[in-house]
Amino acid sequence: METTRENPAHPVPTLIIRPPKRWVPVDLHEVWEYRELLYSFVARDVKIRYKQTALGFLWAIIQPLFMMVIFTLFFGGFAKIPSDGVPYPLFSFAALLPWTLFAEGLTRSTTSMVSNAGIMTKVYFPRLVLPISGILSPLVDFFIAFIILIIMMAYYGFVPTIAIVLLPLFILLALATSLAIGLWLSALNVKYRDFQYTLPFIIQLWLYASPVVYPSSMIPEQYRMLYGLNPMAGVIEGFRWALLGAKPPDAMILVSVGVVVVLLIGGLFYFKRMEQYFADVV
Amino acid sequence: MSNDIAIRVSHLGKKYQLGGPQEKYLTLRDAMVNSLKAPFKQFHRAPPAEGFWALKDVSFDVEQGEVVGIIGRNGAGKSTLLKILSRITTPTEGTIELHGRVGSLLEVGTGFHPEMTGRENIFLNGSILGMKKTEIEQKFDEIVKFSEIDKFIDTPVKRYSSGMYVRLAFAVAAHMDTEILLVDEVLAVGDAQFQKKCLGKMGEVAKHGRTVLFVSHNMQAVRNLCTTGILIDHGTASEKNEAGIVIQNYLESLSTSKDNSDFDKMLNELPQDPVFKWEEIELRQNNITVYQTIENGSPLEIIIHYCVKQKTQGLRIFFDLCDTDDTLLFRSFHDEQNEGIPVMYPGHYSSFAVIPADLFSPLSYELRLFSTIFNERICNPVEGIRIPIHVERTGKTNSAYLSEPIRGKLAPFIAWTTVRENDQVRSSHKL
Repeated sequence: METTRENPAHPVPTLIIRPPKRWVPVDLHEVWEYRELLYSFVARDVKIRYKQTALGFLWAIIQPLFMMVIFTLFFGGFAKIPSDGVPYPLFSFAALLPWTLFAEGLTRSTTSMVSNAGIMTKVYFPRLVLPISGILSPLVDFFIAFIILIIMMAYYGFVPTIAIVLLPLFILLALATSLAIGLWLSALNVKYRDFQYTLPFIIQLWLYASPVVYPSSMIPEQYRMLYGLNPMAGVIEGFRWALLGAKPPDAMILVSVGVVVVLLIGGLFYFKRMEQYFADVV
Repeated sequence: MSNDIAIRVSHLGKKYQLGGPQEKYLTLRDAMVNSLKAPFKQFHRAPPAEGFWALKDVSFDVEQGEVVGIIGRNGAGKSTLLKILSRITTPTEGTIELHGRVGSLLEVGTGFHPEMTGRENIFLNGSILGMKKTEIEQKFDEIVKFSEIDKFIDTPVKRYSSGMYVRLAFAVAAHMDTEILLVDEVLAVGDAQFQKKCLGKMGEVAKHGRTVLFVSHNMQAVRNLCTTGILIDHGTASEKNEAGIVIQNYLESLSTSKDNSDFDKMLNELPQDPVFKWEEIELRQNNITVYQTIENGSPLEIIIHYCVKQKTQGLRIFFDLCDTDDTLLFRSFHDEQNEGIPVMYPGHYSSFAVIPADLFSPLSYELRLFSTIFNERICNPVEGIRIPIHVERTGKTNSAYLSEPIRGKLAPFIAWTTVRENDQVRSSHKL
């Protein structure tokens, strides 16, 4: 769509605007240049989330905590679902953390463009900044809830293995997954608002398709690779391995990573392609 | 400042698709991608709809330091042009060259969040407008001072009055430090005093050598701030010239759009007033009815037929003569030369007024007729019945000077006498 270059004769930048081609190259460098704006959006989203609430940041803990309680009662208690030798509350809570990070990130990035429609139609910035800010803002909630996880681990006497150094990688994988899907959905959502309405439904299905309430060891051998197509399967097993010393995720994780990479690159290109229409259609 | 081009627009066009982005099956790759997207396309309307060219073949250059006013009717394409220059929307054809960083002021308070404080919003808004954090920190005190918010800077913006909100928003935007500034009708914010301040700041910005493109309907502001003007008409840049000339041409083009059958119809369709009804309005010169073009060499008769529906005290008919910038030149009441406040009984009336010959300049004016009840209210229509008139020069003048333009809003006949002084006469003419 545009090319920017420094003109050596004059110190000011030169910009040429042309009609865009169908497939626009992904310019991550530009996103880096706008990192301060990205930070501003994330800071804004985090600040306003809990303004004028009595409980403030405690809400970041309450949601996963309550889900854990319900799961423990019904899945761990009544349904007696096995938990790979880990006490069920810890088992599910350790999974709920990356899960919530993913689900919140996906929800926020899908609606990021539509909720920022006002800004999008008045100011230029690379639109990629919006879904990226969507997946980053739940990180704050994640870290707050992580403190509770550490407390729980101490309570149950679990010490993390050396694999804990890989934890950041799994966090990254969760973020990448939510971004990958978020790019597709946010771009589609600009034109077809259906997507933001189907999202709660999709997330709910996905929750049960992921090893949050049950261990992936429950999945029969022949379906394991298929199961690995769900990147969150790899993320959650990785979390449990790094933190609780559970079984390391097997080759399934490679499938997960592969899926994320493909979806992410595809998502970036699709997003850039549709970007030219956003301001006209939102 | 050299004659460097700051902005060069060549054959710019923007077509809006009225049914959504058109899908053309040009290549196999496109077809494959489209079929992959098919599950998401079930709600896509079947035929790709017609397009609408908001801008077509627009070309112009803007030099560094030029302050250009972009004017035109609503819907002409001015805002679309600014949006494309701001990279918010993409052009369909043509190219634009921009030399310098671009700051866009298309709206005041972009991104302001009501839950955040003034301070937080300054940083957020500044960041959205493209200012770096260090830049905002440096200018923070200036911004607060300009906005006159001071002690409220740490309260959430949702508690601000609308005036405060707008002042803060403008204060941030006014401190943008880009070489090129694109401004879209945002100066009509705040109270009169603040508007003056904003215009002042804009003027300052312009003087510092920034290139400014300023879209506005406020002809006064355009005249004061801009050196050149571009008229956008139905999606094309129909003229680029000195600001004053473009404004004149634009305003004149507005007045020729009414015709007389519309006028009579309009009179009949006016909202009912309980006391007064306009029945007929006629302009005559030399015993002939005239419509929009009149001459300044003959007196102009204004004939008004109306109906008074109730016994009313203090009913006054008057007209304003205004120039094309809405400046009132003079006002005349039908009972100025009488004494006392009349009582009018229900019935049909006519009032005649004569504007003498040799008063108008050869310009465009607007005659506005009103009826008012003294100390009570103005009768419908409250904004008056507006009649645009264009005056041709026909009065008696010195034919040696015919090519000289008549300057001034009015050109009344003034009687001059000139006498050659000799020594005897000088002493008696001493002032």
